[in-house]
Amino acid sequence: MSEAFVALPATNDEAPPSPSFFRGGWVSILAWRVAIIVVGLSLWQYASGRLIKTFWISRPSDIWQQLVEWVVTGDLWIHLQVTLIETVMGFVFGAVAGILFGLALGLNRRLAAVLDPFIVAFYSLPKIALAPLFILWFGVGLASKVVLATFVVFFLVFYNTYAGTLAVEAELVDVLRLMGASRGQIVRKVILPSALIWIFTGMKSSVPYALIGAVVGEMMASNKGLGYLIQAAAGQYDTGGVFAALFVLMIIATGLHELLKQSERVMLRWREEGHGRN
Amino acid sequence: MTDDALIEYRNVARRFHSRSGTVVACEDVNLSVRRGEFMAVVGPSGCGKSTLLNMAAGLMAPSAGQVFYGGRQVPAPNTDVGYLTQRDTLLPWRTVEDNVAIALELRGQSRADRLRVAHEWLDRMGLIGFEKSYPAQLSGGMRRRVALARTLAYEPETILMDEPFGALDAQLRMVMHEELLKLWTGMQKTVIFVTHDLAEALTLADRIAVFSARPGRIRSVETVDLPRPRDVFRIRFDPHFGKLHDRLWSYLEASVRSDVMVN
Ligand SMILES: Nc1ncnc2c1ncn2[C@@H]1O[C@H](COP(=O)(O)OP(=O)(O)OP(=O)(O)O)[C@@H](O)[C@H]1O
Ligand SMILES: [Mg+2]
Repeated sequence: MSEAFVALPATNDEAPPSPSFFRGGWVSILAWRVAIIVVGLSLWQYASGRLIKTFWISRPSDIWQQLVEWVVTGDLWIHLQVTLIETVMGFVFGAVAGILFGLALGLNRRLAAVLDPFIVAFYSLPKIALAPLFILWFGVGLASKVVLATFVVFFLVFYNTYAGTLAVEAELVDVLRLMGASRGQIVRKVILPSALIWIFTGMKSSVPYALIGAVVGEMMASNKGLGYLIQAAAGQYDTGGVFAALFVLMIIATGLHELLKQSERVMLRWREEGHGRN
Repeated sequence: MTDDALIEYRNVARRFHSRSGTVVACEDVNLSVRRGEFMAVVGPSGCGKSTLLNMAAGLMAPSAGQVFYGGRQVPAPNTDVGYLTQRDTLLPWRTVEDNVAIALELRGQSRADRLRVAHEWLDRMGLIGFEKSYPAQLSGGMRRRVALARTLAYEPETILMDEPFGALDAQLRMVMHEELLKLWTGMQKTVIFVTHDLAEALTLADRIAVFSARPGRIRSVETVDLPRPRDVFRIRFDPHFGKLHDRLWSYLEASVRSDVMVN
């Protein structure tokens, strides 16, 4: 889920023709969204205990209470912090390594040709399957989760960066060569900026995976973090606790995604402004 | 015979191989362009005009024969030429002014200096007010002019232009012709100018190489003995212009017609 789920009617004047119930612009869209949330939660609250046993689906009011309790006791902050640190560290390490390695291979075709089968092999491996190994190697603490998240992010960013450097238009490179540009100048002024779109795509799509890496690691072996919270709550048949932890996860995943989207908007300003291309 | 030849094609052929077979873009091309000369190249679509420019720029090697620049085999790439390619090659992530200034940037000129030069050229091209725009925000004709400004701004010794004004309306095209001739007269640069438009070639060039349909061969190299300076808006009504136009058309007609029939 790297992009908005549904293509939303844009807020600018080039909005595509939208279904009739969407007419009325941004405010009406917001109103619809709020309505969906309210109706959804009310239905949930109503159904719980009447249509379906509360044991299975908990209920919004219980989940809310659990969240409040975690906030009051400070538990939420402790676990949230751990998961966030693991995710962010994994993301940063993985992204940096992925970009560097992707560029190195993109700019060095021979090396890429040699390493190709190994990369494909590692890329195809479900990275999560490495979690037990990392826990064995790096212990039940933070490190094993950071390594797992790093590994997952690395491959996504690496692959996109690599593809991005290969997708650079040869004609753009030629134009600069004719102007007497050095190899380094071509990399900095054509290849990097051109690959940036791809790099961002890789980074954006890797955020949820960084989180997955951290949480799965926590669920397997740890005593802190949101993954641990979920695992612990489920172990006690506390559905409300599970839902509460999931809710927090959802919030931070969305937050991280937004953050990257904004930085992309700044870095790729030329794309935004050139939106009305012919 | 060609002491003052700056660019020389000697028995040049260029073939492209693909799964669907071999395409001979051009063959038996012998042409020399003198230093300071304005050479136009006309010919039906697909006859190898762009290929010819690519070889002069050192972006492509001939399959047979040789291409010389300044008496030596064309280096790859040939940094003495500025090349306005047929396809749009502005850097989309750079503003108009930064696109025009890029060659100066590569040479390490200060930002103030290179922007001053860029603005001068944008002014000449009638693009003042668009310095900070991105290429995607411009019309096709405007992008062409930005690309031309970028090519001229760093003053390469030779300029290769591949249908630079194809996307402009007739009036603007004439304005650009006038501007280009003024510049060329002042700088005496060597120019190879590819076009489909006979009138454009006659208005601008010293000589015109007419190519046959693919495989492109030179049908004729015509000298345009119209006096300079030329009035780009009126020269087409000159009787001699008409005569030259007729002659060029007679060379082109056969290949253009057969081309239409084939496609
Ligand atoms: N890189 C390439 N790979 C394969 N075939 C090519 C390549 N470049 C050109 N050709 C072929 O060579 C022939 C000549 O192409 P070229 O672009 O030089 O024609 P042109 O005279 O510039 O045509 P136009 O006036 O339409 O621009 C065409 O048949 C084209 O398909
Ligand atoms: Mg062409």
